[in-house]
Amino acid sequence: MTAHKIPLALASAALTAGMSLATLAEPMPSTVATLVELGYPAPQEGELVHIPPTMADLEKADLHPETKEVIRRGYDLFTNTQQLRGENVFNEMNCSSCHLGEGRQPFSAPIWPAAVTLPSYRGKNDHVNNLEERIAGCFAYSMNGVPPEYGSDDMLALSAYHQWLAKGAPMYPDQPIYGRGFPAPERPEKLSYQRGEELYQAQCAICHSEDGSGLYQDGEYVFPAPWGDGSNNWGAGIVRTETAAGFIKNNMPLGQPLSLSDQQAWDIAYYMTRQERPQDPRYTGDVEETLEKFGPTFHKNSSYGQVREHDSHVLGDHANWGEKGDEVTPWNVGQSRFEDLKEK
Amino acid sequence: MMTSKYIAGGLGLLLGLGLVDGKAEAQNGDVERGETAAGTCVACHQADGSGMNVPGGESWPRLAGLDAGYIAKQLHDFKADRRHNASMQPFANMLDDQQIADVAAYYSEMPVTAAQGGGDADEALLARGEQLALRGDWDEYIVSCKSCHGPRNEGAGDTFPGIASQHAGYIKSQLHAWQAGERDNDPQNLMGAIAKRMGDDDIRAVSAWLANQSVAPEQGESQ
Repeated sequence: MTAHKIPLALASAALTAGMSLATLAEPMPSTVATLVELGYPAPQEGELVHIPPTMADLEKADLHPETKEVIRRGYDLFTNTQQLRGENVFNEMNCSSCHLGEGRQPFSAPIWPAAVTLPSYRGKNDHVNNLEERIAGCFAYSMNGVPPEYGSDDMLALSAYHQWLAKGAPMYPDQPIYGRGFPAPERPEKLSYQRGEELYQAQCAICHSEDGSGLYQDGEYVFPAPWGDGSNNWGAGIVRTETAAGFIKNNMPLGQPLSLSDQQAWDIAYYMTRQERPQDPRYTGDVEETLEKFGPTFHKNSSYGQVREHDSHVLGDHANWGEKGDEVTPWNVGQSRFEDLKEK
Repeated sequence: MMTSKYIAGGLGLLLGLGLVDGKAEAQNGDVERGETAAGTCVACHQADGSGMNVPGGESWPRLAGLDAGYIAKQLHDFKADRRHNASMQPFANMLDDQQIADVAAYYSEMPVTAAQGGGDADEALLARGEQLALRGDWDEYIVSCKSCHGPRNEGAGDTFPGIASQHAGYIKSQLHAWQAGERDNDPQNLMGAIAKRMGDDDIRAVSAWLANQSVAPEQGESQ
């Protein structure tokens, strides 16, 4: 909307939302120019740059009114996932707590790539996942909850919103995707829990609170909890220090991306991921055994099962499931697929 | 002040920080004493704390229903010239720490009043204002107001003031002040960074939309 003073001759030309470009033969879209101006890397030659359509674009789109209704429902669930609290969500997070900009934002794990790269193999559960199963994973781990059933209205609506954001992007793209995931800066030689704590208290606590509980005010979500019972459990992607560092570096403090140094982002991530949170739903009853089973595919990048330096606490060594208690278990965890293929 | 180093709980560190920006002092205000101390405030901020939208001039913000901690911090900041305003500074200077706490408590207890200045905005401007307030414009890296000011922009904690039902003229002047670097007493430049990405139309839009919002009276005590 605002006219930007961008020192790029390319910037003025616009790419229609919902379109993709595979090479930089075409001009840089203005939204990407905004990112570059903020210090994000420019797209590399050969990267897939896709500008997801907005909800305003949906109004103008040539889709059946009911299709639009369902996409809107998906958007609403994505940005206010707390409406499923106690049913599918058992912490104080929304999908958009981590996937900023309503799931559209590059370098903030935009969600449209899931719609064009799945079904495909995921190491985390060692089989081929489709979009619904991928979303179900977020519910089991990041929302510390239970996914809506495959094919249910809520699952369909969330899938539809993902696919809407992917509109115009090529299916199974060969090119690497610009701004995918939470790309982490290079890991510094040494990480410091103490520096991380000082930085967290000085730069993060004003919103996320000094004890990591975020802010839930008058029964409503305001700021997400980076740890504790209101946060994601030990199986969520962001418990991996590298992923947390990538999230922080690219997105925090809110509105000031890339303002922390690489060392600062990693130190805060290290501190944050060495706090307690609800148990991993893959927990076998023994932290060592769980680590042995899921270390190679996941926990090798987290602090799970490690001894915290200053108080000798073994991280994840507890049976605290958070708000969902031990009665509620996510049905999707440990579900095998394509056993017949493996036998051959 | 900042001699406290590594403390397991981190609370000591926090306290140290709080004192630096004058926040930890906003406690134990007395509403009745506040009413007396607020005698000089009513000329502009009115007896009901509603302030006034002054088109073409300096609008006086609504104080009614704002968080006590937020009001106290602003008064301390005026006194210490961390927030710069020629009209406010002499009045803030007349208040001691206790009076600041009392005045803050007094206004925080008042019901939120209606705001002016958003009445003549057209539909398109209000739609843009609503977008910025509730969803932001991430293509310009403008995050939504509500992501810090709370779900209905009625404020979050003692740091992020309620801006729904605040006078358009006041919001507009503050955003411009942040843009120009004339206001910078927000923690960590959280507001300044966003304001600097907003165009004049964005500021007009969001000011008008917020002024048009009404805040439902609270059930019982806000504390």
